[in-house]
Amino acid sequence: MDRHLVSSDLATSVAEIVSDMKHLEGPLLPILHAVQAAFGHIPNEAVPMIALGLNLSRAEVHGVVTFYHDYRSHPAGRRVLKLCRAEACQAMGSDRLGDRAKSRLGIDFHQTTADGAVTLEPVFCLGLCSTAPAAMLDGAVHGRLDAHGLDMLLAEVGA
Amino acid sequence: MTRIFIPRDAAALAVGADRVTARLAQEAAARGLDLTIVRTGSRGLHWLEPLVEVETSAGRMAYGPVTPADISPLLEAGWLLDTSEVVNHPLFLGPTEEIPFLRNQTRLTFARCGVIDPLSLDDYRAHGGLAGLTKAVAMPPEAIVEAVTLSGLRGRGGAGFPTGIKWKTVLDCPDARKYIVCNADEGDSGTFADRMIMEGDPFVVIEGMAIAGLATGATKGFVYIRSEYPHAIDTMTRAVGIARRAGMLGTSVLGQGSSFDIEIRTGAGAYVCGEETALLNSLEGKRGVVRAKPPLPAHKGLFGQPTVINNVISLASVPVILDKGPEHYRDFGMGRSRGTIPIQIAGNARRTGLYEVAFGLTLGEIVDTVAGGTATGRPVKAVQVGGPLGAYFPRALFDTPFDYEAFAAAGGLIGHAGITVFDDTADMLKQARFAMEFCAVESCGKCTPCRIGSTRGVEVVDRIGRGIEPEKNLALLTDLCNTMKFGSLCALGGFTPYPVMSAVTHFPDDFVAAPVVEAAE
Repeated sequence: MDRHLVSSDLATSVAEIVSDMKHLEGPLLPILHAVQAAFGHIPNEAVPMIALGLNLSRAEVHGVVTFYHDYRSHPAGRRVLKLCRAEACQAMGSDRLGDRAKSRLGIDFHQTTADGAVTLEPVFCLGLCSTAPAAMLDGAVHGRLDAHGLDMLLAEVGA
Repeated sequence: MTRIFIPRDAAALAVGADRVTARLAQEAAARGLDLTIVRTGSRGLHWLEPLVEVETSAGRMAYGPVTPADISPLLEAGWLLDTSEVVNHPLFLGPTEEIPFLRNQTRLTFARCGVIDPLSLDDYRAHGGLAGLTKAVAMPPEAIVEAVTLSGLRGRGGAGFPTGIKWKTVLDCPDARKYIVCNADEGDSGTFADRMIMEGDPFVVIEGMAIAGLATGATKGFVYIRSEYPHAIDTMTRAVGIARRAGMLGTSVLGQGSSFDIEIRTGAGAYVCGEETALLNSLEGKRGVVRAKPPLPAHKGLFGQPTVINNVISLASVPVILDKGPEHYRDFGMGRSRGTIPIQIAGNARRTGLYEVAFGLTLGEIVDTVAGGTATGRPVKAVQVGGPLGAYFPRALFDTPFDYEAFAAAGGLIGHAGITVFDDTADMLKQARFAMEFCAVESCGKCTPCRIGSTRGVEVVDRIGRGIEPEKNLALLTDLCNTMKFGSLCALGGFTPYPVMSAVTHFPDDFVAAPVVEAAE
């Protein structure tokens, strides 16, 4: 089980999160959100701890973690750039922006630059369909993006 | 002291509303000006965002789209003086309420959105908020349900099921524990009404949920908001705290003895969780897999208990129905589509934004008159109505009135009332392929037609695109769409055929492959 590999920091943090939240009705997603907020991803070692705390099987927790797009198995880059690829943004040229971002960064969607500076992700709708094409850099939203606007965002992340 | 209103709606923030606010605050301080900046929701005139309003003795005057660089010239032109001196400024739009896009709307659900400070309960009350709940606490549950039924309100999430009947089913269940679940997993591209109301008038959602609780005997509510909406999550979370402290929620709603409280939950990036039974599974902490119906959520919903699960806009429409009476609401609309619908104009449109209006406008009136055609100025080729699962309409069907039944008869759906406009550069084969690809990515995997059909669908569309046995493959695609439509468990697999087949039917030229030229590598 590689229990000896589990750092005590991680074990303590996860145990705290679980005990803080296990009283909630349907606590698993809030717990996973909190674990990801703390570690930037869902560490493999956290899965059995959460399962134990909630009286679930490891398979059940693993199944939930892998079902949802938001939960990461590895930490993302220092910045996360999400480009909206849904229909309203497509109608305003988001495909060209996506290609530009990929070629400027030298990575594909779901990848992180070699220096760990930025992770590029597709997102299916930010609800900014009236100011398309849209993007989100970490928590900040950006609309009516053109090539110049995208380049500014890429410059901001150091690309 | 002059009040200036600047939206903090995500659509406004995306185009620089915070930078405009910061510059204004800075310039005002440097000039020693006496002004108050009020951050509001959005009026829904998104092509004009950031739309800044200045309060004058003649009402609120609109300017937009304002950039930080405009602030200093506007102030120098006498922006804050209560005169008409800046009327000639190119950004001056006149009294906000007189802008035709806004003047021609019927704002019932969105009456306060963009007008008030979203987190001021006093502001909310001063603009008619809490009137519905105040009436509801004095009514027997049956009477509340009756009012909602009489109003003709149908689920605004897309399915269009009568809200009153859903509530009656839950009311009639004898269980002690029942739930109200607000479906704020607004994943459909081209829609943003839920986001706007949560950011711009969160108390109306809370009020609607509290009324639903009183009407059905539910004491606990959940709002399930998609993680892509951090601003809505923040505003709703703060609003629930304020409502609780003010006694709008808690052990005695408005001091009348009924208990109701709300918890905000965040989704995790699964589109299918917008489907009600998948959402319930997700709330329970499970994979967002669709459940077979029956049992209906109204009988066995969240944690197996009777549950009202309604879309944000359905719940947000309830307070005005209780306040002004079901007849007032019902008298708007046409046929069996009663009341108003917040139409969301998105994509390649000249005037994008939210347009709340009685049912019955034709699609052509919305696209050509309200939206003013495309942003690029090119001809409109197609409009997708109802999100990724909605049909693509060609100009030939622009006389279709905005009405649940009329859209169904035309081979489409209203869905959540989002309209995405495409100009003549759109490639409809590519759009059809995207619909299948999206379904493949987002399928929960429970039923075969959706899980496997969508992947096979991408392959078949690709073969058509490469000119491989086009007639046979078009027949195969049609057959596959039929299987998905009638064999899928929920709307994801069941409705993906709408965009695909409407693209095939209305834009056949796009499905004729260019002669294949083998690349010499």
